[in-house]
Amino acid sequence: MSGFVRELRGAYAFIERNINLMKRYWGWEVVWLIYSLTNALAITYIGNGMGAISGQEIDTQFVVKYLLVGALVWQYLSVIFYAISEMIAWERWEGTIEYTFMAPVSRTTHLVGTTLFAIGYGVVRTLVILGIVSAFFHLDLRGANIVGSVLMLLAGSVSFVGLGILAAVLPLLYPERGAQMTNAVAAILLLISGVYYPIDTLPNWLQPIAKSSPATYVIQGMRTCLLEGGSTRTLLPTILILIGIGVAIIAVGLMIFRYVEAYAKRAGRLKRSG
Amino acid sequence: MNTHALEIEQVRKVFPRKDKTAGRTLFRRARKELVVALKEIDLTVERSEVFGVLGPNGSGKSTLIRLVSTLLLPDRGRIRVFGHDVEHDPYAVKRMINRVSVDAAFFKKFSPIENLMYAARLYGLPATDARTRMREIMTRLGLKEETFNNPMENMSRGMQQKVAVARGFLTSPILLLLDEPTTGLDPHSKRDVQAFVREIRSTHDATVLLTTHDMEEADRLCDRIAIIDEGEIVALETPSRLKELIPSQDGRPTTMEDVFIALTGRSFEDAEAEEVE
Repeated sequence: MSGFVRELRGAYAFIERNINLMKRYWGWEVVWLIYSLTNALAITYIGNGMGAISGQEIDTQFVVKYLLVGALVWQYLSVIFYAISEMIAWERWEGTIEYTFMAPVSRTTHLVGTTLFAIGYGVVRTLVILGIVSAFFHLDLRGANIVGSVLMLLAGSVSFVGLGILAAVLPLLYPERGAQMTNAVAAILLLISGVYYPIDTLPNWLQPIAKSSPATYVIQGMRTCLLEGGSTRTLLPTILILIGIGVAIIAVGLMIFRYVEAYAKRAGRLKRSG
Repeated sequence: MNTHALEIEQVRKVFPRKDKTAGRTLFRRARKELVVALKEIDLTVERSEVFGVLGPNGSGKSTLIRLVSTLLLPDRGRIRVFGHDVEHDPYAVKRMINRVSVDAAFFKKFSPIENLMYAARLYGLPATDARTRMREIMTRLGLKEETFNNPMENMSRGMQQKVAVARGFLTSPILLLLDEPTTGLDPHSKRDVQAFVREIRSTHDATVLLTTHDMEEADRLCDRIAIIDEGEIVALETPSRLKELIPSQDGRPTTMEDVFIALTGRSFEDAEAEEVE
């Protein structure tokens, strides 16, 4: 059997396992879907009520779309981030980590399988939320550049795969609290990346940090495509830069992951109990 | 050139452990003490051999198995599986081994079929072959067909352990690492697993490294036994030679338990109680 076929089967193992986990924990899926949906609705209603809050005439439709783009893009990117960063946390929780790490599968294959599942899962989940939210608000997307926005989202996924790998190192290093640490990483990205407000509103000292987050560019690009109908050609440099940054983060992430895996094996941290 | 199934040369493993006597404060981390799990271990296992490692909890048995499984890296020394170094050529080693441990670790909500299919795909087995083989092995181990698709969390400890054994055999490893595989099993299930180990050795030419608490099991299954205590091998011989080393007491034949007590200076129960304390 060729090494490639073996690795392909290995990658599919992670896709099938995650689909099975989703089926077996369907109750959790429903809970998280309701949570994400109500979150997106609540945030979008802030836009709807902005005129009433401020007592001034506001372009409500624009504000609603502005917030909704942020909510949906964040929803998608955070699914990618969590699906990858939790690849170790799940195994620790189930107690199967030693069996997966003992199998003849490279960490890259592990990651490819997890990423393919994460992208598929993220797309389906985001579309479901978009479909339901659309029933609550009249969304006029005439003139939006849908193709450009999809390209932008895919380019942004690459960076979030890399950030997910970096965050996945935490449960490997800290068996008990690593998974909680990944929540802190996601929360910081949410704060600094201009998901619900322009990054100019952040304090001066935070703005350079905001500019270093790939999510900032994904969300700006998505707004340009969907709210202003910006052409794909004008967005192409941003898309290419995002892919470049993403590839660099993945390479660094994999290098750090391999180093930390070797450390965990030396220090005996793979054991279930930690 | 004769290649041994397993060669362990001068292997040492030390773990840092938090010193509970040195209190941790807000500004100072708890001091760590070093616990020696294995002290300069040397042993060689020949192809097709069933090699037993006997020892109380904390003696270093599981550390030894984890080192061979590539889950731990030695601090010193070398481990080779059929000539491949576990540290420098782990993928070649991983393709040749599988492990059954005392804790039947599974995705608890998955069925045996789903768990075994996950393992089969990780090892690159074609799905159709894997499906047939997993059913054969589980049936051979005495699991009933109607349990194959039930969640593992609804199965007894013994049944879960049999699925763990099936997972270990599914990939046809040429070196099988059995880390207390029958602990917690009822006598009937224990016999099923032991018979299967013997069958696998004779039909698949597999080498087995077995750690156990069960003296009788070691005596019955193993070609050679190493008794390990506090990270050191205190004896290594065939079961009959080990028993010959110790004179019989009260006119009854020497048992493996007598050997253990004579060589370590304590009973198995005492050694385990010390570990708990």
